[in-house]
Amino acid sequence: MIKTDVVIVGAGPTGLFCAHQLGIIGLNCEIVDNLDKIGGQCIELYPDKPIYDIPAIPECTGEELTNNLLEQIKPFNYNFHLNDRVQELKKENNNWIVKTTNGKEFHAPNVVIAGGVGSFEPRKFPTKSAEKFDGTSVLYSIKDKSIFKDKSVAIFGGGDSALDWAIELSNTSKVSLIHRRDEFRGASVSVQKIKELSEKKIVNLFTKYSIKDVIGNGSLEEVEIKSEDGESKIIKADYVLGFFGLIMQLGPIAEWGLNLDKKTIPVNTENFETNKKGIFAIGDICSYPGKLKLILSGFHEGALAARGCFKYARPNEKYRFEFTTASNTIKDRLGVK
Amino acid sequence: MAKIKYIEHNGKEHVVEVQNGLTVMEGAVQNDIPGIDADCGGSMSCATCHVYVKEDWYNKLPKKEMGEDDMLDQAYEPNSNSRLSCQIMVSDDLDGLSVHMPEKQV
Repeated sequence: MIKTDVVIVGAGPTGLFCAHQLGIIGLNCEIVDNLDKIGGQCIELYPDKPIYDIPAIPECTGEELTNNLLEQIKPFNYNFHLNDRVQELKKENNNWIVKTTNGKEFHAPNVVIAGGVGSFEPRKFPTKSAEKFDGTSVLYSIKDKSIFKDKSVAIFGGGDSALDWAIELSNTSKVSLIHRRDEFRGASVSVQKIKELSEKKIVNLFTKYSIKDVIGNGSLEEVEIKSEDGESKIIKADYVLGFFGLIMQLGPIAEWGLNLDKKTIPVNTENFETNKKGIFAIGDICSYPGKLKLILSGFHEGALAARGCFKYARPNEKYRFEFTTASNTIKDRLGVK
Repeated sequence: MAKIKYIEHNGKEHVVEVQNGLTVMEGAVQNDIPGIDADCGGSMSCATCHVYVKEDWYNKLPKKEMGEDDMLDQAYEPNSNSRLSCQIMVSDDLDGLSVHMPEKQV
């Protein structure tokens, strides 16, 4: 069990800057994110795309923004809990008990939800029949590639993950690659390689096909694919892999008893607290009249939410506003002279 | 201004007037029409504003720009009539456009 002042859910730019603001006012926090890296949408959706509307930064990429924010919170030495997802929130006296999928437990008077549009999950096959094999022979990520040795593997998708795995697994498995169109969005070297492997009949390539059904009694045996004009084919498959990128799902946040408006959490604009005391929401996930889904709005929201956390974390102290340029206390916290 | 018909997967129709310069996605979101999620807010990075456009209109729309098909690869049940509604800009020429929503966006 970890005791802290604030648990931040989401390590995107908004969560990171809120952590900075907490550090400035002398509060501690722990940061949890479902992704395996820090940066949220900036890293997952557009690491290389330039952003032009961060105040005082004419142009930067999602990755640069993330790195700068990390640099800015370095003095505070926060713990990140990546690859983990907050599953459960429960109130106990003055604390929120926060439990994660990996079995971690935090006790904190404050939780700041900076969860973007929810957590990133793999997109799954639309076919109902794929569900009963989900996690056993229908997979959306690969943890241990040795399970595919000498097996038939049907890979769906046209991006780098699909191409890279098709190339890699073709060394030891019978690979079929199925994609909905002729063009691939993966790297051109990989596309070239796949075409070669297909000509040499090492990889069975099916373009302009999509999944129709997965078939198997007990264990998976075949996958049926269809073209747009309705023609279908059966492919032998011990495993079916789908690589369709990630989608954001609100997930467990919906179960925490918070007021919801579609996929967002209504907050007050004084301190960005939700309908639950000590639970704040900032960034894309919060809503209020006039809300702009901009990173800069998230920064503002995080600064105010941090002050909102103060009264629950230090109930016997009075929060005093100070400037970073003038306050020696803040300079100490930042480790500057 | 264009009158646009959004047809949910269950057949329910919504007809709204959408201002020029907005996207077909924004027309749906601003009018609370269900079936278009638009998680990323129109930056062509999520494929949750996927719609189907029948041939008569599909061929009249400005062609897909780079990247749209890549995103559509990740959409729910895309086909050759698929478009991302955040990439269709509304103008007078689109008056009478119908778009069909997929069963779901994820």
